[in-house]
Amino acid sequence: MKKLNLPLSEQEILSLQSGDGVLLSGVIYTARDAAHKRILEDLDAGRTLPFPLTGSVIYYVGPTPAKPGEAIGSAGPTSSYRMDRQAMVLLELGARISIGKGDRSPEFKEKLKECRGLYLAAIGGAGALISQSIKSCELIAYPDLGPEAVHRLVVEDFPVIVAYDAWGGDIFESGRSRYRKG
Amino acid sequence: MREIDLNIITENVREMILEAACELEAGILEKLKEAVKSEESPLGKSVLRNIESNAELASKKRIPMCQDTGMVVVFLEIGSEVIFRGDLEEAVNEGVRRAYTEGYLRKSVVRHPLERLNTRDNTPAIIHTRIVSGDSIKISLAPKGAGSENVSFVKILPPGEGEEGIKKTVVEAVLKAGGKPCPPIIVGVGIGGNLEKAALLAKEALLRDIDDEAEHPLDRKLERELLEEINKTGIGPMGFGGTVTALTVKVNSYPCHIASLPVAVNFQCHAARHRQRII
Repeated sequence: MKKLNLPLSEQEILSLQSGDGVLLSGVIYTARDAAHKRILEDLDAGRTLPFPLTGSVIYYVGPTPAKPGEAIGSAGPTSSYRMDRQAMVLLELGARISIGKGDRSPEFKEKLKECRGLYLAAIGGAGALISQSIKSCELIAYPDLGPEAVHRLVVEDFPVIVAYDAWGGDIFESGRSRYRKG
Repeated sequence: MREIDLNIITENVREMILEAACELEAGILEKLKEAVKSEESPLGKSVLRNIESNAELASKKRIPMCQDTGMVVVFLEIGSEVIFRGDLEEAVNEGVRRAYTEGYLRKSVVRHPLERLNTRDNTPAIIHTRIVSGDSIKISLAPKGAGSENVSFVKILPPGEGEEGIKKTVVEAVLKAGGKPCPPIIVGVGIGGNLEKAALLAKEALLRDIDDEAEHPLDRKLERELLEEINKTGIGPMGFGGTVTALTVKVNSYPCHIASLPVAVNFQCHAARHRQRII
């Protein structure tokens, strides 16, 4: 696994290939369905966004509440395809890296390639394991959304697989065709 | 007649949810260990090993294995000689409320599908009741995440499509779902009944013991053949490519109308959280 510090440099973004395993360290922001809706509403209304989009990494997650003394609860990825429409807008505004699970729409994939972004996959259903790499979690916006609120996470060696790279590479497609039988 | 105190129901529901959230059933863990051996893709193998470590860590540190601690589905088989004083459904919901608030589980239920305001205690549960003979109550409980539920469906085929039609429908659904339902999956298939019965059959199929096989020889044959075909799709663990896409397939059937062949597919992710108790 390659270890990388956030934010990623242009060269790092462009050099990663679908299927690469990466351990990320640095700051990432959480946002899923309801938060994406709010972010787009804020954009439309000209309000300040919870975090700067340029250079950001957005993690699609709604963690379980932290137990006393813990930074966060279970914190694995949610399915990314539900955020595709909004993510395409955010990509154009400079949010080039997202983390989630599962394949996404062809339109998103095309837009990602056009913007030279990365879609990283974390292991779905491994929320306990993933939580161990999250060192701090701070609520920064939309507290009324509960588990869907936006949090700023500091992560250390957060494990992901490059699902879609900046050049159109797709692990779901290549992996499936490699192991398909009959 | 036997009176069962509703507090006992509440307490059992609470305990079962907390156990299910953090402890993967031994049978499923066993299947995952077998999968690590048989998976041909190195990346797939590593994903499966991580899923295994996740289960061990969740159990040891009492962290939910998956952050989507689900909406709770409860099947109650109530003996006709049992009496309750009070509201049985409320007793179940109270158990849900306590487990999710005291147990640091995620509240994932919204009050209205369009309004989407979180109920903040994960209630209500989806409760199915059936009256059976006897003086006990069987509680089957399955907190179910949305990743696998979102790709599930019911389709009513013309009877002429038969076994081949069912297989085609299921395999196409698995292909379309790809990595979304968190493979390796457990596939629950309901055939027969009608619209709602087929969906229930598929859900009940997921509650069966991981190692059992269907009683009816035709259902059993379907289970074996579907598992083989699903594992030939190449989807693999998390959809990254591989030879273990499903851990098992369960088919439940029921009589149906001469003009229809309902088929429902209910996907279950590898974090299959089920508990059963008889009181």
